[in-house]
Amino acid sequence: MSDMVCNIVSGIVYLILAPVIGGLLAGIDRKISARMQRRVGPPITQPFYDFFKLWDKQPVAVNKAQRFYIRGFLLFAILSGFFFFAHGDLLLVIFTLTIASVCFVIAAYASNSPYSQVGAERELAQTMAYEPMMLLVALGFYLHCGTFDAKAIVQSPAMNFIYMPGIFIGLCYILLIKFRKSPFDLSMSHEVHQELIQGALTEISGPTLAMIELAHWYENVLLLGFVYLFFAWAPIWTPVVGIAMCALTYFSDIVVDNCCSRMKWEHMLSSAWVVTLVAGFANVAFLMYMR
Amino acid sequence: MSYITKSPWLVHYDGSSCNGCDIEVLACLTPLYDVERFGIVNTGNPKHADIFLVTGGVNTQNYPVVKQIYEQIPDPKVVIAVGTCACSGGVFHDCYNMLGGMDKAIPVDVYVPGCAARPESIIDGVVKGLAVLEEKQKAMAIPVREKQALREKELEPGVAVNKSQEAGK
Ligand code: SF4
Repeated sequence: MSDMVCNIVSGIVYLILAPVIGGLLAGIDRKISARMQRRVGPPITQPFYDFFKLWDKQPVAVNKAQRFYIRGFLLFAILSGFFFFAHGDLLLVIFTLTIASVCFVIAAYASNSPYSQVGAERELAQTMAYEPMMLLVALGFYLHCGTFDAKAIVQSPAMNFIYMPGIFIGLCYILLIKFRKSPFDLSMSHEVHQELIQGALTEISGPTLAMIELAHWYENVLLLGFVYLFFAWAPIWTPVVGIAMCALTYFSDIVVDNCCSRMKWEHMLSSAWVVTLVAGFANVAFLMYMR
Repeated sequence: MSYITKSPWLVHYDGSSCNGCDIEVLACLTPLYDVERFGIVNTGNPKHADIFLVTGGVNTQNYPVVKQIYEQIPDPKVVIAVGTCACSGGVFHDCYNMLGGMDKAIPVDVYVPGCAARPESIIDGVVKGLAVLEEKQKAMAIPVREKQALREKELEPGVAVNKSQEAGK
């Protein structure tokens, strides 16, 4: 019983803290990127200013469906994180996250704008690229720890990373897609103006755009949670390692973002699948052999 | 507190111009001036923008374009006309197809003169625009009914008197 209370409390802590952490991460991202381009850059709290500003703007939506699906996106993004941090089932988390991205794609399809349509198509291609690897991550943890339960996984006797380096590499690769970083920022990013305006976000404005930002903050914290699972094990001090590795992963993604130009979607899809096949499957085969 | 002054996103449109001011606007984004430190983002998307930064004048061909961009920006919004061309038509004002400055097409809030306007003065103009933006947001926050009452009291006192007389009858 007390276990359940503990789970729910950690889930609620996630609900409250994730937007703060996610927003700060986005701010740090912008600051570091600016420094890399020899600019001063905005203050770290800038994403919050943006968020509250968007919230106060005049609500303009193309149609009712768009608003509905964006709410769905936010809801399912929050829900999947809640399941994760309340120590739920990893599979449930991944499937809920998929529903969230489906909502996002439908919201982008809701308008007739060609930019939005192309953005939605690219978003679908991105989903196709990262989804197999997400499932392999869950499968890998199951093969190694014998459970999909996040709590049992972080309590395993040795560092999970030692047995699953291939899966971790695969996860890092698709994290670039999920964080919407170059070279995979195809469907939407703050820099897409030239070819696609803002891609899937073109027709979304004001409070609905704020909701999308919020959902991304929740999503990013959840994804870093997956990185954490690799580097935390039974001893009490290991969360430090886990959090340090999350920070390192995020930082290296920012570096890659600033060093790369955008890829074509064909290259993204094929390279993501090659990484999934080589690193992911080899690792899964190894784990099966170990059992 | 108003967050809109801390995160003004702008959309830039270059009308009938020599592109000089256009280049100066882009210069504001470079490391030397770095407007992003004020939270200013140059989005290419009117639906995300708060500030409409126009360079160059309006002619018969770009008139509907300018109007459409202006209408797509959600409230509150301000328009900043950068450069002499945008203010009055500048060197092009006598051309057969010119209508004149940007204020011939849309309401302009801030005029930034100069040929070409320097990045410093463009940033200055944007800062002036922020004050207008804040004012407009405050006006948006007042409910319609109160706005009407305020208007009657300040701008059209005659209407208010008439109404009270009618109520008295
Ligand atoms: S104001 Fe001068 S520099 Fe600017 S667009 Fe007009 S002619 Fe060119």
